[in-house]
Amino acid sequence: MNDAQSAGEAAPLELRIEGKTYLSADGTPVEVVRDLQLRLEAGSFGALIGPSGCGKTTILRIAAGLDPDFRGELRRPGSGRLGMVFQEPRLLPWRTVEANIRLALPAHETAADLTELVGILGLGSHLARYPGELSLGLARRVAIARAFAARPDFLLLDEPFVSLDEAVAIRLRNELVALTTRTRVTTLFVTHDLAEAIQLADRLYFLSERPARIILERSLPPPRGARSRDVIAAISDEMRSLLSRLR
Amino acid sequence: MPRFYSLAALVALWALAAALAQSRLLPGPLTVGAVTLADLRSGELPFQMGCTLARVVSSFVIAMLLGTIAGYAMGRSKSVDRYADPWLIVLINLPALVTIIFAYIWIGLDETAAILAVAVNKLPNVIVVMREGTRALDPGLDEMAKAFQFTRLSRIRHVVIPQLAPYLAASSRSGLSIVWKIVLVVELIGRPNGVGFVLGSAFSLFDMARILSYAICFIALMLVIESLLVQPLERRAIRWRGRPA
Repeated sequence: MNDAQSAGEAAPLELRIEGKTYLSADGTPVEVVRDLQLRLEAGSFGALIGPSGCGKTTILRIAAGLDPDFRGELRRPGSGRLGMVFQEPRLLPWRTVEANIRLALPAHETAADLTELVGILGLGSHLARYPGELSLGLARRVAIARAFAARPDFLLLDEPFVSLDEAVAIRLRNELVALTTRTRVTTLFVTHDLAEAIQLADRLYFLSERPARIILERSLPPPRGARSRDVIAAISDEMRSLLSRLR
Repeated sequence: MPRFYSLAALVALWALAAALAQSRLLPGPLTVGAVTLADLRSGELPFQMGCTLARVVSSFVIAMLLGTIAGYAMGRSKSVDRYADPWLIVLINLPALVTIIFAYIWIGLDETAAILAVAVNKLPNVIVVMREGTRALDPGLDEMAKAFQFTRLSRIRHVVIPQLAPYLAASSRSGLSIVWKIVLVVELIGRPNGVGFVLGSAFSLFDMARILSYAICFIALMLVIESLLVQPLERRAIRWRGRPA
């Protein structure tokens, strides 16, 4: 990878957080992250896995550059075009599905053809509707479409499939695999679901309880997205036993 | 329909009271109608109403524009709010009459003073409502706009204004009624034309028919503006909410 580093687009994500604290409502400082180091190769798919409330979202927001208030260093991959899927869809309720997706397009291609992207995510018949008329599953798809419409060279997803029924979640995971494979975008994915992470990712990062740091890192053999149920089960058993020794 | 019956009942009650009183101080609907018609024909009524309407529109626009900007700034920034809030409280509690007198004395008995005096009276109300609206802006959508690198213009147009629209509608509706009432006072005190001026001179002549005629015409005009302009705009702003799933 070293020879490719001169090209800006092939740079990895490098994130080092020495410390991140925020003030809680009653004014006491809470330390959320401490001594976290993360490196994700360009074009690969990393999954951050940790218990609820351990600071996963905080780390993701820092990696996205949305929260500059931390001690440490951030080098984002690519030229800084970001695609982000938040935990809630965060669509503009007063704009149609199509307008929501188009607003994320890069400035010089606002007239871009969305047919293919919209087709992959099965949104074709919903473009003229308002977000309030959509089910959560559909709204999540729109949020994913919007993130890819931005032509990101860095994609961040914050538990995008939580509280969906399993059938919908499986379909959306497959669609996500298809889109990330095709665009080869560097992706950071946050989840508390180990099986989901193993299905989607090239590399797993396990987080500790608060203050969060990485306690275990593991690369998975290809092909991602096509691992069988048995393989996923075997890997998660292995991870669980490793983790139980660490914790 | 109930609205129509209710209004008709009011007019009937008025006619009855006028017939019983048989006084120059309470003319009936027919007398008032005749005066209105005569003033319409002579062009007096349209001219005076036009003068007043121009003042209403100018001071309304100034108050909404400045009030929205100030309210937005105060809602966004705690420190701006801390410094500007005492001024706002002074402004809210300043009686309309005092503002009008100050404006006429400092600026002079002219159009600028009249319009400014009305705008200043309306301003604090807009600021308070828009500050509330700005405080209620969704930080999640702000973050989304930042992540997707929306330009400042598209952030305001697609993210901020749609969220402020209900507050803008509320303050324009209440604003229009405040503004036109104060405009009449301003005209009564220091303008040589407009509905307020006519009412003042009719008052000194005890000409009740003319007072009623102008008051009713102006109320009717404001109702028309409200239902033909303000309400359709409001409906347009919230059309995304209307459709059921």
